Amino acid sequence: MNPPVPADRVSVTVTVNGESHTAEVEPRLLLVHFLREDLNLTGTHIGCDTSNCGACTVLVDGTALKSCTLLAVQADGSSIETVEGLEQNGQLHPLQEGFLQEHGLQCGFCTPGMLLSAKALLAANASPSEEEIRRGISGNLCRCTGYVNIVKAIQYGAARLSPAEAVGVSQ
Amino acid sequence: MIPAAFKYAAPTTVQQAVELLSNNQDAKVLAGGHSLVPLMKLRLATPPVLVDINRIPDLNYIREDSQLAKLRIGALARHNDFEQSALIRDRYPLLWDTARGIGDPLVRNRGTMAGAVAHGDPAADWSAALLALDGEVVATGPSGTRVVPLTELYVAILTTSLQPNELITEVRVPLPAPRSGGAYEKLERKVGDYAVVGVAAQVVLADGGSIAHAGIGLCNAASTSVKARQAEAFLVGKAAAPDNVNEAARLAMEASDPIEDDRGPVDYKRAMVRELTRRALARALERARGGAA
Repeated sequence: MNPPVPADRVSVTVTVNGESHTAEVEPRLLLVHFLREDLNLTGTHIGCDTSNCGACTVLVDGTALKSCTLLAVQADGSSIETVEGLEQNGQLHPLQEGFLQEHGLQCGFCTPGMLLSAKALLAANASPSEEEIRRGISGNLCRCTGYVNIVKAIQYGAARLSPAEAVGVSQ
Repeated sequence: MIPAAFKYAAPTTVQQAVELLSNNQDAKVLAGGHSLVPLMKLRLATPPVLVDINRIPDLNYIREDSQLAKLRIGALARHNDFEQSALIRDRYPLLWDTARGIGDPLVRNRGTMAGAVAHGDPAADWSAALLALDGEVVATGPSGTRVVPLTELYVAILTTSLQPNELITEVRVPLPAPRSGGAYEKLERKVGDYAVVGVAAQVVLADGGSIAHAGIGLCNAASTSVKARQAEAFLVGKAAAPDNVNEAARLAMEASDPIEDDRGPVDYKRAMVRELTRRALARALERARGGAA
């Protein structure tokens, strides 16, 4: 079979927080720009823009990835979850509740990425130790809190998530 | 930051990928993309065509092949797949150590071993580990496949002996010998940073307890990944004793040729190669003896 012809426009269909979106884009469009600028989902942040800080973390088919280092076209066909998808029916996700109750944020810039890394962590390990939490969020930089309260916030969320909620991808 | 415009193709077979590389000058392979995409955003790389191999099925595997006597790693095996693999944890402690120290969890979810190896960055942890393990890559091109030992892969910084229309489809490592063990020691300023330097060590013990074989690879210690051959040769036939480990560490330091940069001056880096070699060999020997180090 002949290989596909290299294209300068590509079609992308993704499900974001349960809603399907299709767009024709340039292949160089980064997933984070697609989410923020095409879909207006600005909860996903751009921090360092050099694949270091994790502020742009989203879940792609349940895997936590840096959306600034992924082309939108690479996400074609996948299901994406952003921070906007965590709240359900006006109810904060237990992890969001944890960040609120345990003062897990100051400026809040890293928080969306932290929440999604934490969600992926709890899906793989419903009751992580402090060390496992710290290791799990080591790709997400916070310059305010020093992580102590972030760890507490994730422990709070872990304690309140039933096992079913922890593994399920909310739609 | 936004990459320069390029054309994109996502082949579904290795053959298609090779054809695309042959027909499009300066095309680059996109695997995990965690070296390539940042370089493109910085406009340090401006490939006119990207060949995304992520849609090729059956390239993500890590399995032992007893006929070949090799561990076979597919081109799309991601760093995290090693971290999650009981086979790697139990039988390839050097690869296990290395995987857990690469980048951060988000990077490890996406980046691939084969991509890191093909990128040819002397700061690649995997390349040091694979040099210590006497690894090789399978390069697939228009006329089929050829096997390239890691020792013949690195020509200069970010430059390999691969042809522009060749794709690494597999990485191979010999099956572990009885009484073998390995360890990786990485010094980093902060989580997720490149190594200041890193040292990979793999040893095999003879029945009497002396060292039958040693492999030592250095990360970020010269303009290419380094195999510390003199240090390796020195250890063969020697007792697994601190004096011999120290001498091998000195020889490994002699094999290093780091540059001064924001991770430290030359003398410091050389001293760290020596110390990390000592530590890596000590842990590798402990593991070869059956310890849990």
